Amino acid sequence: MAQTITQKILAAHCGRESVEPGELINAGTDLVLGNDITAPIAIREFEKIGAPTVFDKNKVALVPDHSTPNKDIKSAELTKILREFARKHGIVNYFEVGRMGVEHTLIPDEGLVLPGDLVIGADSHTCTYGALGAFSSGVGSTDMAAAMALGEVWLKVPEAIKFVYSGKLREWVSGKDLILYTIGRIGVDGALYCSMEFTGETISAITMADRFTMCNMAIEAGGKNGIVEPDDKTLEYVNPRAQREYKVYRSDPDAVYRDVVEIDCSRLEPQVAFPHLPENTKPVSEAVDVRIDQAVIGSCTNGRIEDLRSAAKVIRGRKVHPDVRLLVIPATQEIFLQAIKEGLTEIFVEAGGAVSTPTCGPCLGGHMGVLAEGERSIATTNRNFVGRMGHVKSEVYLSNPAVAAASAVLGRIGSPEELDGVDK
Amino acid sequence: MIKGRAHKYGSNVDTDVIIPARYLNTTDPAELATHCLEDLDPAFISKVHPGDVIVGEDNFGCGSSREHAPICIKAAGVSCVIANSFARIFYRNSLNIGLPILECPDAVAGISAGDEIEIDLATGRIANLTTGKSYSAKPFPEFMRKLIELGGLVNYAKTKLTAGA
Repeated sequence: MAQTITQKILAAHCGRESVEPGELINAGTDLVLGNDITAPIAIREFEKIGAPTVFDKNKVALVPDHSTPNKDIKSAELTKILREFARKHGIVNYFEVGRMGVEHTLIPDEGLVLPGDLVIGADSHTCTYGALGAFSSGVGSTDMAAAMALGEVWLKVPEAIKFVYSGKLREWVSGKDLILYTIGRIGVDGALYCSMEFTGETISAITMADRFTMCNMAIEAGGKNGIVEPDDKTLEYVNPRAQREYKVYRSDPDAVYRDVVEIDCSRLEPQVAFPHLPENTKPVSEAVDVRIDQAVIGSCTNGRIEDLRSAAKVIRGRKVHPDVRLLVIPATQEIFLQAIKEGLTEIFVEAGGAVSTPTCGPCLGGHMGVLAEGERSIATTNRNFVGRMGHVKSEVYLSNPAVAAASAVLGRIGSPEELDGVDK
Repeated sequence: MIKGRAHKYGSNVDTDVIIPARYLNTTDPAELATHCLEDLDPAFISKVHPGDVIVGEDNFGCGSSREHAPICIKAAGVSCVIANSFARIFYRNSLNIGLPILECPDAVAGISAGDEIEIDLATGRIANLTTGKSYSAKPFPEFMRKLIELGGLVNYAKTKLTAGA
């Protein structure tokens, strides 16, 4: 039977030749992940299950990244639960502040996810790792607890939607714009329960960073997973990091898709998602006189070195607008260090921006950049729901890093091209 | 049998408005419940009574994987959530923690805020006692029925662990 890459990975993890959309399966997990918000509940439920220890201490990852460095006493108590659990059970992949990163950038960079893997994480953006040709999906804390105990998870085999991207991208257009445009086209529930398979010549041409960004936001269209078939670029990223065997799967040419969506990218402008849903996307040229108070560059969506380079290219030699707070958050310590070596950190600081240690902080309105009533932020993050970054009457606009950087200089949402006339 | 008043909302009720991140520094269900739906309907927590039902339209519970969302709804005394469709992580979280949820677009269309609702979870029958009309929710697949019968995934995992030992 012809199958999609997602079907093949799921079948391999439940000892079957093939699986059909709609079937409920119990699948083995290659990695089970949680953070400082979701893992404390998972640990509580794990204790209730009564397993003596985790199914495999090498296959559980705990990343305190949401409220870290600890934002208050209650958060400090939560991260302490992770730390103590990690020590008690000898969890190898526990990442302490100073050696950590935003989980969905850190985990693949550490080589903990490889092509063909099945990964679940108690965080909705776990779908990021589909960029490696793995099946990865966000679940809840109790799922994480059961998977830590049993090494398996119940899953419904998803139907798949194939997205075919063609055409060469214009300058300043990135994977973020492709995924924002796609969500704008199909809606925030356009891929509900489905696998989103990203294909086509444009996907082959973009970087791994861009592919991670696209898969990261599959959940914003309701998707169960986002996935890209591995190619040379994937293997170039994976091979130096892999410490075990992996398997590359590809969709059969006659695999069945619920829909095929074709997108011509050649004329696409950078996209901006207006409040309060990621589907409210418009080309940046249609963002007219949208004044901003803050610009956030970072998160599991756009905190990679490629993202920082793009922002730095725009901001180099310019100053952040007097009315704007620019926050730049490298996604991992390694990326932070690389940004220092390349002089990017200096560019941001000289421009009047604040550069912080890795944290999810402002993306979810946790800390390190919370908005007041009536304030507005452009952000390279993934959600612009009501109150997402702070006060219920604040607003978030989503964009790529270059547009966020240009907007920080302009004081309003705008494209890097608009800076051509602005003095350095 | 579940019986309570309906609280009705629209589409894309996301987990950030169900339980804003500023309250995610606790895992205590009772404390989380005091902030349930705060950024969507600040009056909800003062008007909800044990047994009440939340009715949403499309894609209920979209966004974050935070299990705090179904936990705070359950701890607020809500007996069931009915919607046209649920976001997938909210759906599995609800089944996993034993919060009853039903997909039933006909019931959503036929229920107004304040209506008195009676639900038989065993059959999936939803009766609107205010209008006298009744509806049938989409039945759950066998595995999910088993999860619901066991009271959630923790008990399922316990059973499986014992069987395997």
